Amino acid sequence: MAVASDVPKESFRLSMLIYDTRYRSITIQIFVLLLFALFVSWLISNTISNLAIRGKEFNFGFLWSRAGYDIGQALIPYSNDSSHLTALFVGLVNTLVVALLGCVLATILGVIIGVLRLSKNWLVGRLMTVYVEMFRNVPLLLWILLSYVILSETTPQPRDFRVTDEMAAAGEAPAASMMLFDTVAVTNRGTNIPSPLFDVSLGSVDLGFMSVNLTILAYILVIAGSVWINRRILAAARARQEATGDRPVTWWKSLLVLFGPVIALSVGLGLHLEIPELKGFNFAGGILVAHSFTALLIALTLYTAAFIAEIVRAGIMAINRGQSEAAFALGLRPGRTMNLIILPQALRVIIPPLISQFLNLTKNTSLGIAVSYLDLRGTLGGITLNQTGRELECMLLMMLIYLTISLIISALMNLYNSSVQIKAR
Amino acid sequence: MEKHFARTEMLPPMAPPVTERGVVKWLRENLFSGWFNTILTLAGIYVIWSLVTAALPWWLNSVWTAESLSQCREIVTATAGEGATGACWAMIRERWHQFLFGFYPQDAYWRPVLAFGLLFAAMAPVLFAGQKRNLSVLLGAVALVLLVTLMPASAPVAVVVLVMALLAGFIALAQVRPAMLLWFTAIYPALCFWLLWGGSIWVPVVAMLGFVVMGGAYLALVGRMGPTTSAVTGVALALVWWLFVDLPLTQVIDGIAPFALAKVNSDQFGGFLLAITIGVTAITFSLPIGILLALGRQSDMLIVKTLCVGFIEFIRGVPLITLLFTASLLLQYFLPPNTNFDIILRVIILVTLFAAAYLAEVIRGGLAALPRGQYEAADALGLDYWRAQRLIILPQALKISIPAIVSTFIGLFKDTTLVAFVGLMDPLKGVTQIVRADIDWKGIYWEPYIFVGAIFFVICFGMSRYSMYLERKLKTDHR
Repeated sequence: MAVASDVPKESFRLSMLIYDTRYRSITIQIFVLLLFALFVSWLISNTISNLAIRGKEFNFGFLWSRAGYDIGQALIPYSNDSSHLTALFVGLVNTLVVALLGCVLATILGVIIGVLRLSKNWLVGRLMTVYVEMFRNVPLLLWILLSYVILSETTPQPRDFRVTDEMAAAGEAPAASMMLFDTVAVTNRGTNIPSPLFDVSLGSVDLGFMSVNLTILAYILVIAGSVWINRRILAAARARQEATGDRPVTWWKSLLVLFGPVIALSVGLGLHLEIPELKGFNFAGGILVAHSFTALLIALTLYTAAFIAEIVRAGIMAINRGQSEAAFALGLRPGRTMNLIILPQALRVIIPPLISQFLNLTKNTSLGIAVSYLDLRGTLGGITLNQTGRELECMLLMMLIYLTISLIISALMNLYNSSVQIKAR
Repeated sequence: MEKHFARTEMLPPMAPPVTERGVVKWLRENLFSGWFNTILTLAGIYVIWSLVTAALPWWLNSVWTAESLSQCREIVTATAGEGATGACWAMIRERWHQFLFGFYPQDAYWRPVLAFGLLFAAMAPVLFAGQKRNLSVLLGAVALVLLVTLMPASAPVAVVVLVMALLAGFIALAQVRPAMLLWFTAIYPALCFWLLWGGSIWVPVVAMLGFVVMGGAYLALVGRMGPTTSAVTGVALALVWWLFVDLPLTQVIDGIAPFALAKVNSDQFGGFLLAITIGVTAITFSLPIGILLALGRQSDMLIVKTLCVGFIEFIRGVPLITLLFTASLLLQYFLPPNTNFDIILRVIILVTLFAAAYLAEVIRGGLAALPRGQYEAADALGLDYWRAQRLIILPQALKISIPAIVSTFIGLFKDTTLVAFVGLMDPLKGVTQIVRADIDWKGIYWEPYIFVGAIFFVICFGMSRYSMYLERKLKTDHR
């Protein structure tokens, strides 16, 4: 009979650091950490010596000096006397505006296309397939450049809108006409849209680096308040439904709460539209939206919508057929089946990839450089960088800002995602 | 007596009603099944109709030979009447070589053409592993296409004969030992580099010898010292080879037996040659890096995991453009003073890292989707970490993530157009801008974008179809 030998005496040999699984992971990690530290210190020492050779120093003081360049689309007060920091904020706002509008429009378009692609209608299904494949398999840059070129080279000149006395007498129409009840004019210089004006101005508050328009602030506060009250009304209705079983009618209350205060505020401030008019050789009044903005927005929307359509389609298809059969068995109509059974479940599948599409869209706004759209990349990473020659600071700052935007978007969307996921108790 | 009338034979079945058969049934079910569907159908027909009426005359009036855009327009007006529109493909006819090759020397066009053809020969054993028929068909197609294209691309006759002999040998080999073809795949990168950039053949050969040193050291030591130590030794020896032996040895051999192609500089690369060079290289290298990053992110080792997560999240959080600008502007700060290396190489490195971070996330999804039992079974069999990954985990995880991996590759290939922003001549912005800046072709816009877009579409669509084929082929469950 074999006798169990004694437990070997614990002794530590150096080779155990590699061959013993208890120590190996520590050895590897220390080794990796050392390599990483070496790499980082190598980078830093290179950077320091390179900066010394070029006679530059690493500081962000240049942000407070005069920018000296103009930005066509500045949504916060900006002139070429403003600082580089203000230019940075103008660019950031431009980035965010395109990203936000693009996300909203792409989601709407993408959901429509995704649902239509699943429709039983053969023709529409095929058309949507063609759309999706066409936009997904061709670079975004092409769509941006193409929309920009079409907008700026095929649209009429402002003088084509002119109606001279002879033409009026002869009853001829001008070569080009305005759209949407004569309020929007697309020319080769940009798109002229009506601008909202107020009779009463609430003024603005200067915060040092930027000033906040109180009118916009008032609107934001009123809308936020309305939404909050509406949620309270709905919550009260739900509570009553759960207590008594019958749900009070709320739609007119919601309508009143959501739109009443906004309309009241608009009337109070005397909101009216200033419609662009042809004066001399160009349109005056209203807002001139640059083609770079429009082209970027159109291209981002169409391109991302194709991806979102696929996500929506996959999400709806992921729902078990039994779910809709069960809903029909309960006697729900197709519309209610979609709203109450399919979509809430599909949403769980849809949202995570949708988040990454929003992130992609936001990052893709940086392609605006192709059509000279002055976003963050164009101001901080473009003109400011070239004027000050501070590549290192500008690029690091820009990456940091993009990283922050990405992290904020994914944090917000993850929050939303966790609110629609199944609550496991 | 009561009489009963009963049929004794079956009635012949009547044809189904008109609305329940044939075209009418199909139309009713698929296009006009309700008022909403009818509206959709009519709207769809309207969209198609307006597209066709807008684009068809333009296509039909295409002009293929002209000197300039204005001449095109004159020809269209002369043939189709006043106010007619027509495509001016004459521009493509005159400038196609710039769209494909950029400013690559004209008398050396055979080199990229050959490299591109051999790319498929190198990919064939990977794409169609063990399928003799598909393999032979693809190799035969490569031979045919090269036979037709190499001569017009001014290749020396000796090269054509050599290549044909090589491909014939491959086809023969594919019938007997298809796996042997992988050796060609292994040496293809060096061959491709030599064909595209030219210079002495000994530069890539001696560099590849470094891998031979690595493999040789590993094989020689693995019996005595175990896999980890011998792998580390192999890598260290290869590094020594590349850092200290490579350059002098190349010079010595080059002095003894010079054999070189004319050198082509990176700034002469352009068009699809550039896009495909960057795309294929980045795809090839990003997959292994992505797998390592994904494994690192799933690892139990805290430091390794943190580093991987940090790297992946940083790369995924910033736009590719900023990384490309890092390649062109910031690398001069991060590298030792007075080092300056090729801009295409810098861009390839950054694009590879970018794609690797995205791939890592995709593969992590695949790893996470595997049931826990697979890991436990691998452990129960006593497999060590790398064997478990290689034999059990990765084959399944990669199979799950094929669609996502391929869409990352497609995204990467489309993103190669962004190199235009660091001064390289991509087909979309770089070349098109040059063409549109020419006084002859000023004002042309549909044609170049359609041409470039169509090529991108064919490549990307082909990749996505291949991924669907691969998914079907690897499908082992019987659901």
